[in-house]
Amino acid sequence: MSKEPVAVTGIGQTAHVAARRDVSLAGLVREAARRALDDAELTWADIDAVVIGKAPDFFEGVMMPELYLADALGAVGKPMLRVHTAGSVGGSTALVAANLVAARVHRTVLTLAFEKQSESNAMWGLSLPIPFQQPLLAGAGGFFAPHVRAYMRRTGAPDTIGSLVAYKDRRNALKNPYAHLHEEDLTLEKVQASPMLWDPIRYSETCPSSDGACAMILTDRAGAARAPHPAAWVHGGAMRSEPTLFAGKDFVSPQAGKDCAADVYRQAGITDPRRQIDAVEMYVPFSWYEPMWLENLGFAAEGEGWKLTEAGVTALDGDLPVNPSGGVLSTNPIGASGMLRFAEAALQVRGRAGAHQVDGARRALGHAYGGGSQFFAMWLVGTDAPAT
Amino acid sequence: MPDVPEVLTAPLVVEFPFTRSLGPVRSAFLTGLRERTVLGVRTGDGRVVVPPTEYDPVTAEELRELVEVGSGGTVTTWAWNPAPRRGQPLTTPFAWVLVRLDGADTALLHALDATGPDAVRTGMRVRVRWAAARTGAITDIACFVPDDGPAGEDLPAAHGGEFTDPVTLLTAPARLDYTYAPGRAQSRYLQELSAHRIVGERCPSCRKVYVPPRGACPTCGVATDTQVEVGPRGTVTTFCIVNIKARNLDIEVPYVYAHIALDGADLALHARIGGIPYDRVRMGLRVEPVWSGDGRFPDHYRPTGEPDADYDSYKELV
Repeated sequence: MSKEPVAVTGIGQTAHVAARRDVSLAGLVREAARRALDDAELTWADIDAVVIGKAPDFFEGVMMPELYLADALGAVGKPMLRVHTAGSVGGSTALVAANLVAARVHRTVLTLAFEKQSESNAMWGLSLPIPFQQPLLAGAGGFFAPHVRAYMRRTGAPDTIGSLVAYKDRRNALKNPYAHLHEEDLTLEKVQASPMLWDPIRYSETCPSSDGACAMILTDRAGAARAPHPAAWVHGGAMRSEPTLFAGKDFVSPQAGKDCAADVYRQAGITDPRRQIDAVEMYVPFSWYEPMWLENLGFAAEGEGWKLTEAGVTALDGDLPVNPSGGVLSTNPIGASGMLRFAEAALQVRGRAGAHQVDGARRALGHAYGGGSQFFAMWLVGTDAPAT
Repeated sequence: MPDVPEVLTAPLVVEFPFTRSLGPVRSAFLTGLRERTVLGVRTGDGRVVVPPTEYDPVTAEELRELVEVGSGGTVTTWAWNPAPRRGQPLTTPFAWVLVRLDGADTALLHALDATGPDAVRTGMRVRVRWAAARTGAITDIACFVPDDGPAGEDLPAAHGGEFTDPVTLLTAPARLDYTYAPGRAQSRYLQELSAHRIVGERCPSCRKVYVPPRGACPTCGVATDTQVEVGPRGTVTTFCIVNIKARNLDIEVPYVYAHIALDGADLALHARIGGIPYDRVRMGLRVEPVWSGDGRFPDHYRPTGEPDADYDSYKELV
């Protein structure tokens, strides 16, 4: 028996900001879930199951928050699952929900991811003072910055590429009312003059810390037929993982990322991603990860990703727009960031992305990664229902 | 079988002061406690939930109709706590109780100050003992105490939930106490480090040498039990210059955080580079460890003075 086609018929997100002091965690997730239900014109009673994700519990210090959030998400008396795969969790959460529909376990699933970073210790919650170990010397940016330097050395990319990405994504965010950073006055020169935090990563090339949530309604063919707005159809989805550290690990272009993309493309019948995919929402927490992932995801040959960025190919009006929403560089509620990529890809192919809509987008990739480049989750969504 | 090293263990304390934005319902509830008023919320089917929830557990609808319930109530069930721990409501033995306050349909978890388990029974009447200093927290109820009085009347009563100077944010300290044991491989590694030897372990399957060793090869999934001394010299494979001062770390910025492939190791370890201006560190720089005082680990690595390693000689380790 073939899989049930999966449709995204509802998408909701909060207006992401540095601190949502006016709502509890429950109030925050409720807002996104309510907007997703409204988009799909459904009620709580129409939802068969809830799949929720967030980054480690120790960020906000609420252990197993899904238990407390069940009331807010109408999950009482229904199956509720929690997914956790570090920073990629928003993506893998959506995929677990999609698989429940594809397998005909449930017909309509609410999936949601969140983070309230203002009440969290994302910077140090993962850097615990483990006895007998050398204290971590650098924090998150310090973990990734040496890999950026390795990419520059390997490819000969000019050192301005990172600033081009940051400037582009922040300009795109001006068109997205939900984005956290709206830096009207930002110029490329200001990005390039911003202080080095973890050389070669500058302040303006790093993601902000945001409070926010994202929710989606995933449903079957019958659900899609009843939906008031066009659906996004899931054409492929995959997850891969690999150890954080192992002899032979390629930090610049991890094998798990390549394998994950290849699986998604095989499912979706994509043989030439650069030509066949119209928009990409990829997880770029530090600007240089755009060219790195362009190569890892097969949009450019090894060593060539930065040339797409430099040539403007990844701009909103380029022929492969990357992060039209403004991306993680403009909005980063960690647990939700992966789902925002997936949701923004779906908005693009539904034609509902508003001012940051990519004209004629019919196929879009959503991508998330997490941990020490060890978890990957991706989906490819399209305007047309997949051939069955 | 290799020598079993001394089994290391040490305490690991994880502690953060978390904040909680309360939202409208819990803000009213906690502010009410400060004012010696216990609030509940009325659900769609007319029940009164205490402590109040923001959303209806049955219908999922938003709940905002606050009501005042009594400060006296009835124990619905209990458990004796003979040995209170740090941070619990009372320092002497007490009963954990679920109390259905007068006017409420659900029970609230709290502590009952009682002389012993014989003095506690389901169905007994209790009332709130308010804390002397109240801040808008669940601890504003110091505990419950036995009470002979009758149930409160005319409850629940309507309440707008309005207070002057409401509490909107709570600080909730969290602390976890672990005993950490690094295991056999790392204990061996630490033992060798104390003699300034850096000893990794070789995977019997892929032959790769892991430093620090984890006792198993993450790629092959087999135990690594052959020890291999590596270094002490190595090559900087990549690095960054850190300009942000790290919490609890007494190092002046800027400093260089580098990945160093020790000679004979098959993956890089991470360490600080010293003995050279930060802006002169480069990929391929040859370095060696500098031990200082009684530090368990090298304090940092410094240039050896050798010519830089050729990129091709270490590019597989970047």
